[in-house]
Amino acid sequence: MEILWKYAAPFIFGGFLCVIAQIFIDKTRLTPARILVSYVVTGVFLSAIGVFEPLIDIFGFGAKTPLLGFGYILAKGTREAIDNYGAMGIVTGGIGGAAFGIGAAIIFGYVFALLFKGKSK
Amino acid sequence: MNGGIIHLYNEPRIISSACVVGNEEHIGPLGDLFDGYSSDPRFGMKTWESAESEMQRRAFLYALKKGSVKCEDISAVFAGDLQNQCVASTYGLLPYNAPYIGLYGACSTLAEGLVLSSMLIDSKKLCTVAVSASSHFCAAERQFRFPLEYGSQRPPTAQRTVTAAGTFILSQSGADIRICDVLIGRICDSGISDISNMGAAMAPAAADTLCRYFAQSQKRPSDFDLILTGDLGYEGIKILKDLCFAKGLDLSGNLNDCGLLIYSASEQDVHAGGSGCGCSAAVMSGYIMKRLKDKTLKNILLMCTGAMMSPTSLLQGQSIPSIAHLVHIRG
Amino acid sequence: MNKENYKKYVSMRAEKSPVFKNCLFAFLIGGAICSFSQLLCDLYVLLGIPNDAASILVSVTLIFIAGLLTGIGTFDKIAKVGGAGTLVPITGFANAVVSPAIDNKAEGFVLGLGSKMFIIAGPVLVYGTVASAIYGVFYYFWGGAFSL
Repeated sequence: MEILWKYAAPFIFGGFLCVIAQIFIDKTRLTPARILVSYVVTGVFLSAIGVFEPLIDIFGFGAKTPLLGFGYILAKGTREAIDNYGAMGIVTGGIGGAAFGIGAAIIFGYVFALLFKGKSK
Repeated sequence: MNGGIIHLYNEPRIISSACVVGNEEHIGPLGDLFDGYSSDPRFGMKTWESAESEMQRRAFLYALKKGSVKCEDISAVFAGDLQNQCVASTYGLLPYNAPYIGLYGACSTLAEGLVLSSMLIDSKKLCTVAVSASSHFCAAERQFRFPLEYGSQRPPTAQRTVTAAGTFILSQSGADIRICDVLIGRICDSGISDISNMGAAMAPAAADTLCRYFAQSQKRPSDFDLILTGDLGYEGIKILKDLCFAKGLDLSGNLNDCGLLIYSASEQDVHAGGSGCGCSAAVMSGYIMKRLKDKTLKNILLMCTGAMMSPTSLLQGQSIPSIAHLVHIRG
Repeated sequence: MNKENYKKYVSMRAEKSPVFKNCLFAFLIGGAICSFSQLLCDLYVLLGIPNDAASILVSVTLIFIAGLLTGIGTFDKIAKVGGAGTLVPITGFANAVVSPAIDNKAEGFVLGLGSKMFIIAGPVLVYGTVASAIYGVFYYFWGGAFSL
């Protein structure tokens, strides 16, 4: 039972977050970029008020993998940097926390752009 | 009179036409009627933009051949496309060294070119003229929407930009197919700003032009074998019917749209139909011209609609102005 | 018909997106990506990677996979069905970075690939960073006092 929940919990919560976004796309014609921005900012906000960590405890990657989790990482990075380096952390913390994501996206993006050519649909 | 029908008493002739299409258009219901196609969406070129130019070049060449016209005899080319600054036409027609006028009328370019060139032939200023229009799905996606590999869903009202180029050669004589009168469209702003529903943005311009035409000419829709719009799509054509019906014009009998003809709605994933300059150019050249020649169509109205927005105007929240030019063609 | 009425008429008659079907697929595909993340994480932990590092490695792996699928032209086909299911997980961010990079290569490696890479995903970084800095200011002056 426990092992089932371990994989079902991320599925349910991650899927739920996607459904919310899907409803926004279909009903309001919000562009994908706006959806992504709202998710990240919401993630930062939820982490700031301390709501997000309990969600991670329950749903694990269901909360971490969607872009809300990216917001959480930015907020967490800021908090840790301020704890360690003081006011400097306000500026460096967010990007520092998200460095792996940004770095991976840039590096893989560059490599794949070199390797592949655009295709028609 | 402002906004009046322009009668062309010398009736300029369309002596030949040709078109080149992409793969999706080739597998569509009209696929066998087109003069050329390439299974390579880049048409052997490096970029999508050059591919569109290459299509224009080939279509122009085929049209010259089919009409047995020499390039030196062309007194002017009127050409346009959807790319910024109309570069697809410029690069495509560069090798031919013909007098050239670039047009921008968005998807109404074909009708815009036919209107201008037929008036100049009618007034005997020009002798033999070519009109070209093209669009390429990939070049248009990049310019107006997202990168090709970007994952997104299109709403059901979105249309697919047709990959095609078409060229028409007009002259003072030499064929039965003739342009009798033309009506220049007016810019209409319907307040629609949704790029995924261009049919709705363009339908009011089409209704405006059609209503003016029928009011001034004292003709009825049933006088024509076919009233063909450029690229209103499934959504736009229904709106056009509604708008005209409200003004006492019943189009239900003989209205059709190039955007509906070029793809098969049931077998191809094209949502609300085709769009783009190439849409009307390909359908007119490949399908309608053949039917005018074999006399199964004798009297038609072609009305190409264009949505005159830019990526910048869209981002700045402006609505999409539209236009519809009308050409009356007899076979 | 004035503009307001026309807009209403248009949005009323426009064929609606199949919301239920889209939501179902978004749920299934989005959910599957999150479960897969958990599975990957367990695998990395099993290989002896510490928990924190494994969690980061999962994100990096997802970005890699999404980037690769974008490159071979499969991602947009999945996204067409999955919709928000592929957009909202970190895969959507990766796709938003890799697709313009590939697409704009024709305009050169610096001004095309390099400068257009963040044309879609850029706002995510801008607003995410600004939001985290605002949070940082609060946190610096008031500590965790305002959290629930």
